[in-house]
Amino acid sequence: MTSRRHLLTGAAAAGLGAAAGAGLVAAADGQAPAPAAAAASTTGTAIVPFHGPRQAGVAEDPPAHAAFVALTLPAGTDRRGLARMMRLLTDDAARLTQGVPALGDTDATLAPLPARLTVTFGFGPGLYRAAGLQPPVADLPKFRIDRLEQRWSGGDLLLQICADDPLTVAHTQRMLIKDARPFAAIRWVQQGFRRSPGVQAPEHTQRNVMGQLDGTANPRGAEIDPAVWNDDGSTTLVVRRMRAEIEKWDILSVADKENAVGRRLESGAPLSGTLEHDEPDFTKLDASGLPAMPDFSHVTRARVTDPTLKLLRRPYNYDGVPNAAGHPDAGLIFAAYQKDIARQFVPIQQRLADKDLLNEWITPIGSAVFAVPPGCAADGWIGEQALT
Amino acid sequence: MRTNVLRAATALAVATLGLAGCGGTSSDAATPAPAPSATAVAATLTIKDPWVKAGPAGEMTAAFGTLVNDTGADVTITGAESPASPLELHEMTMKDGKMVMRPKDGGFVVKSQGTHELTPGGDHLMLMKPAEAIEPGDELSFTLQLAGGATVPFTAIAKPYAGAGESYDPGHSMAPMGSTAP
Repeated sequence: MTSRRHLLTGAAAAGLGAAAGAGLVAAADGQAPAPAAAAASTTGTAIVPFHGPRQAGVAEDPPAHAAFVALTLPAGTDRRGLARMMRLLTDDAARLTQGVPALGDTDATLAPLPARLTVTFGFGPGLYRAAGLQPPVADLPKFRIDRLEQRWSGGDLLLQICADDPLTVAHTQRMLIKDARPFAAIRWVQQGFRRSPGVQAPEHTQRNVMGQLDGTANPRGAEIDPAVWNDDGSTTLVVRRMRAEIEKWDILSVADKENAVGRRLESGAPLSGTLEHDEPDFTKLDASGLPAMPDFSHVTRARVTDPTLKLLRRPYNYDGVPNAAGHPDAGLIFAAYQKDIARQFVPIQQRLADKDLLNEWITPIGSAVFAVPPGCAADGWIGEQALT
Repeated sequence: MRTNVLRAATALAVATLGLAGCGGTSSDAATPAPAPSATAVAATLTIKDPWVKAGPAGEMTAAFGTLVNDTGADVTITGAESPASPLELHEMTMKDGKMVMRPKDGGFVVKSQGTHELTPGGDHLMLMKPAEAIEPGDELSFTLQLAGGATVPFTAIAKPYAGAGESYDPGHSMAPMGSTAP
């Protein structure tokens, strides 16, 4: 306990060093205390608190850039080793998210612009087994649409690193991997993006690489709690890599694309309505007497009205290098937070796997599940409830 | 938005100021046992951001951090102890065109109201021969000894670190600084 307090004192003091140190220097030199750049833009200096009963990086508006890093623990990993790893990684995250270099940060100059940096830790089933504990999450059942590849699937530990700046994400990823690699090997890394800050108002729904508005039905504000957070501050995360079959998607007319999704491409309105946030009306018939919302459309199949059964989608686009023929390697890093994967995620995914016209143009090629443990206080570390 | 950012930064500074006041020192206001008068000086010398380079048993490694002297007088650190290893206070110096480390004569002097960095490539606390491997994430106890007899205990976390592999030149000093006896 004492030692933990000391460690955290160190972590807290780091913040002091940056803030007070800067103040002292400024006073000594008789210069203005704030750097000129900070006055011009707050995107870089914006900070998301790290400590608290829930981990950051879930309920906040998703920053523009993300890296999902999954690690594999070697055989023989025990609970003590996991605790050492999580103390170290928590300390790094607590500093870097506040714009303070990690201890022993060899690129400390990259730390001062956190740009809403968050680091969120997820524990896969294998981490609990290594600790001798019953995993609170289980791998998803196999779905007939799955074409899963090992290189995008599974993982014992997940680092979700998000920020409004890709260099901040890169530095944080590098620092965390350096401190994680004595304990675990990299299994996969998925890097993704959304619209850049300032491009749209934050409340606007994002578009994915297929041009669809993605996330219209997401819980917002007070709707997030009943869908996402357990009483102890924990939640769960599903990460699925969805390849977009864009060459095939290109062949469709706009009307066909809209039928597959159940929404207008331009406005995002349900085919039964006129505005993006109109409630879909599944009883409404179109001019030809057919349901305006086709029963095979993505929105129809994914529809959930019970607020405790919704998913908080936090997806990122990916766009890799095209092949020689010019075919893109693009799609979605589908990240969904929910209280309970079996109760919330699986039934929706099952309905989509059974029947969803959009399946013709999206292919799941990676899948992983993680428990997201509660946040921690300034004198604690992520995972302490399970691992001590 | 901008106000929020500034407020967050201010809150951070205040919170950490408060914590720094009771971190790493043996006598803060809440400590029930009356401290010997000598530790009155120690109470305001603190070490910020302490860490140790992880490494195998028997191999030299080092501890780093920032010494902070909030007192009105210079403070001299004459030695350091740890259950993990015999310790020496080291500095880096140029010898035959090459940076080497050696015991620091006179210890580390932290100026009044000043700080003194212990960094890879600079002054540091040398763990001469760790009895056991220092694993990443381990927390190690240290005690700094100040001129006048006061002590400053602190805990440092071990980190994997590729640098700080300095060459050691033990021949320089006639007497090692501080308590290096195991």
